[in-house]
Amino acid sequence: MADAAEKSSGDAASRSALRQWLLTDTPTSRRHARAAALYQGWLKFRSNTLAMIGLGIMIALVLIAAFAPLLAPYDPFAQDLSNRLLPPGTTGHILGTDSLGRDILSRLIYGSRITLYIVALVALIAPVAGLMIGTIAGFAGGFIDAALMRITDIFLAFPRLVLALAFVAALGAGIENAIIAISLTAWPPYARIARAETLTIRNSDYIAAVRLQGAGPIRIITGHIWPLCISSLIVRVTLDMAGIILAAAGLGFLGLGAQPPSPEWGAMISEGRRFILDHWWVATMPGLAIFTVSLAFNLLGDGLRDVLDPKDAQE
Amino acid sequence: MSLLEVENLEVTFPTRDGGLFHAVRGVSFTLGDERLGIVGESGSGKSMTGRAILRLIRPPGRLTATRIALAGEDLLKKSEIEMRAIRGRRISMVMQDPKFSLNPVMTVGEQIMEAYQLHARASSREARRRALEMLNAVQIRDPERVFRAYPHEVSGGMGQRVMIAMMLIPDPDILIADEPTSALDVSVQTEVLRIMDRLVKERGMGLIFISHDLNLVASFCDRVLIMYAGRVVETLPAARLHDAKHPYTKGLLNSLPRLDAPKDKLEVLSRDPAWAHPPPSSAP
Amino acid sequence: MTEELQPAIKVDDLSVWFGEGTDRVDAVKNASFEVPTGGSFGLVGESGSGKSTILRAITGLASTWTGRIETTGRPLGPKRDKVFYRTVQMVFQDPYASLHPRHSVDQVLDETLRLHGIAGTNERIPELLDAVGLGPSFRFRYPHQLSGGQRQRVAIARALAPSPKILLLDEPTSALDVSVQAEILNLLSDLRAKNNLSYLMVSHDLAVVGHMCEAVAVMQNGEIVETMEIAALRALEASEAYTQRLLDASLGYRAAD
Repeated sequence: MADAAEKSSGDAASRSALRQWLLTDTPTSRRHARAAALYQGWLKFRSNTLAMIGLGIMIALVLIAAFAPLLAPYDPFAQDLSNRLLPPGTTGHILGTDSLGRDILSRLIYGSRITLYIVALVALIAPVAGLMIGTIAGFAGGFIDAALMRITDIFLAFPRLVLALAFVAALGAGIENAIIAISLTAWPPYARIARAETLTIRNSDYIAAVRLQGAGPIRIITGHIWPLCISSLIVRVTLDMAGIILAAAGLGFLGLGAQPPSPEWGAMISEGRRFILDHWWVATMPGLAIFTVSLAFNLLGDGLRDVLDPKDAQE
Repeated sequence: MSLLEVENLEVTFPTRDGGLFHAVRGVSFTLGDERLGIVGESGSGKSMTGRAILRLIRPPGRLTATRIALAGEDLLKKSEIEMRAIRGRRISMVMQDPKFSLNPVMTVGEQIMEAYQLHARASSREARRRALEMLNAVQIRDPERVFRAYPHEVSGGMGQRVMIAMMLIPDPDILIADEPTSALDVSVQTEVLRIMDRLVKERGMGLIFISHDLNLVASFCDRVLIMYAGRVVETLPAARLHDAKHPYTKGLLNSLPRLDAPKDKLEVLSRDPAWAHPPPSSAP
Repeated sequence: MTEELQPAIKVDDLSVWFGEGTDRVDAVKNASFEVPTGGSFGLVGESGSGKSTILRAITGLASTWTGRIETTGRPLGPKRDKVFYRTVQMVFQDPYASLHPRHSVDQVLDETLRLHGIAGTNERIPELLDAVGLGPSFRFRYPHQLSGGQRQRVAIARALAPSPKILLLDEPTSALDVSVQAEILNLLSDLRAKNNLSYLMVSHDLAVVGHMCEAVAVMQNGEIVETMEIAALRALEASEAYTQRLLDASLGYRAAD
């Protein structure tokens, strides 16, 4: 008993020493400074309750996706026509079953993998492409700017789904191609944002200062302009995620995205639409899942913006 | 009775860690028919004092005072609606940069007319006549052209004159000028100050002139308050500024490079934390 | 000829313009002056007089110019090379705008040293900070954690990083409070004496130029109207009416006669 108390007080002491070390105003090395900055960012993020809820949902989603086989009570593809369209709350099927008697909960759990897959890939491709094109256009100006921005305009002029359809038709149906198609249609807004930010940053004194050290354009763009564009892009990405998930679902519905037995959430909604009046849960449950994940992204994005932008934090 | 009495003015802002930041602490002064200068460095609370007189402190900032009286009327007891009638009509304020205080999508003339009509019930024709008169009074050579111009079409000095015209057209009792010439070149600065000086004299207004420029305030005003960390550390007749007693005022004066007294090294002000607190002798 | 005999900066018949055709604005017209090695030269004028444009032309930030510019005896072409950037550095007017908001002091100085190919940044950075009067505790701070005077010190440390011979100072104290201005001006004076630097300083404040420089050129509408020794400036003896007006105004307000 006394030992335990001593041990915990020792723990507390070392914890508070660590805290002191992390909260210092005068870091002693670069590693120390980075750790302190991360910890202080985390403290600021933690003080934002809504962002923490968003982060909690995201972590839960990742865990669910990782341990789907352990968590799911049934095989997501196992059909049981005698138990089709059972309402939520039925013993054994908490969220009910769909038109082929498949357990909706199990399908949602497995579907989280697909959702994460889509989200991760689109979030990797579209903003990065947009960032590169936008900053290059904004920084270079002149002919390069005009050319890149006209290409962006062309992409913007097509409705997203129609353009994605054309891409998928060319590349072949399937979830990967759907992701590529969505990414290709999603980058123009990011390019626009990045270019607008670059135009204001380009003429600032700190860019002039680094030019006077002999820095070349690549270093200026990647080292000085990108860090300032990223926070607004992250916010925009989190806001767009809901639309991206739905676009993937839309492609699935048209038979060009996730293929039917796959428990992709958007495709599940499309299937459930036929029964929406009599069997509301079939479409509602995946809808709620999409809603929850999109909301989590938005909350997370808001919290991240507070942490990522030292200028706002100052006020 | 003096034009304006301010007693024990305090402005506080809550800080992130739950504490209170005192932007202005215990400032008291009276303003008669004179030019009063308020001098201080950034963060000294000089601008906040100017805004607090008009009760323009936005939440979460808090304003308290024992008394802020305009010609005997207590401004602290006025409702927000009554305050709106006082702002502009009886106390006007000229800000630092005309670029940010003029509406970019309205012509200069419209804005001056609006300022007039807000406070005086006058026909458009009358307002227009008064506006042109005012532009003349601030020595704008072709008032008709400036009247029709948009703010981006006039220069900085011209813009500040327009601001002064706009602020003076309701004939206020007090003009608060917050760094009115710091965005202007020296040659234009003198002209703008002369215009302000003349109008204040002619109309018998009280002027509160807020600035960071000691020399300018000393030569332009009658009396100077020197602020540090939210407190008035010293009040002096402007002509006797160079006999200042307080180490802060002396330090500020000595840290200025002077053409007539060159030295190898400028004196550096060493700040005493005690300045931020009232001297013990005057403590209650 | 050895380098010592050359003026640090020699500007001859420099004209700078912006825009083309009817939009063309002549910012500087036929300016000529010399900054001796180890000397300090002031450019004074009101906003729009072209004084900062001259600095931008020297550094290559303004590329449309004609005339002749030499630094330490080397004529400058349309492009600046590494040697130029190691010789000539600049301190900007607004310390709130001249530091990258996301880069810590350490990152700023580290990148600068690396760009100039200087090794041992981990040891050089504390030395640089010490040279501008900042303790090691400032090394990992971000600009928003610094006051205006501290930021300007960081900017000066950045300019000193490649051990330049010439510093271009673009109103280095006009955004600062007077007491901080005194500290920065003292620092600049000390650094000049210690490192044998040459200064070309732009300012609208005659008193600051009078304190820092040995000679000054007064500019109006893109032209140098008068070049004078500092003794004449201090005695308030200008030969041009415009300079006299500036001098009068700098002494404070005088009511109309």
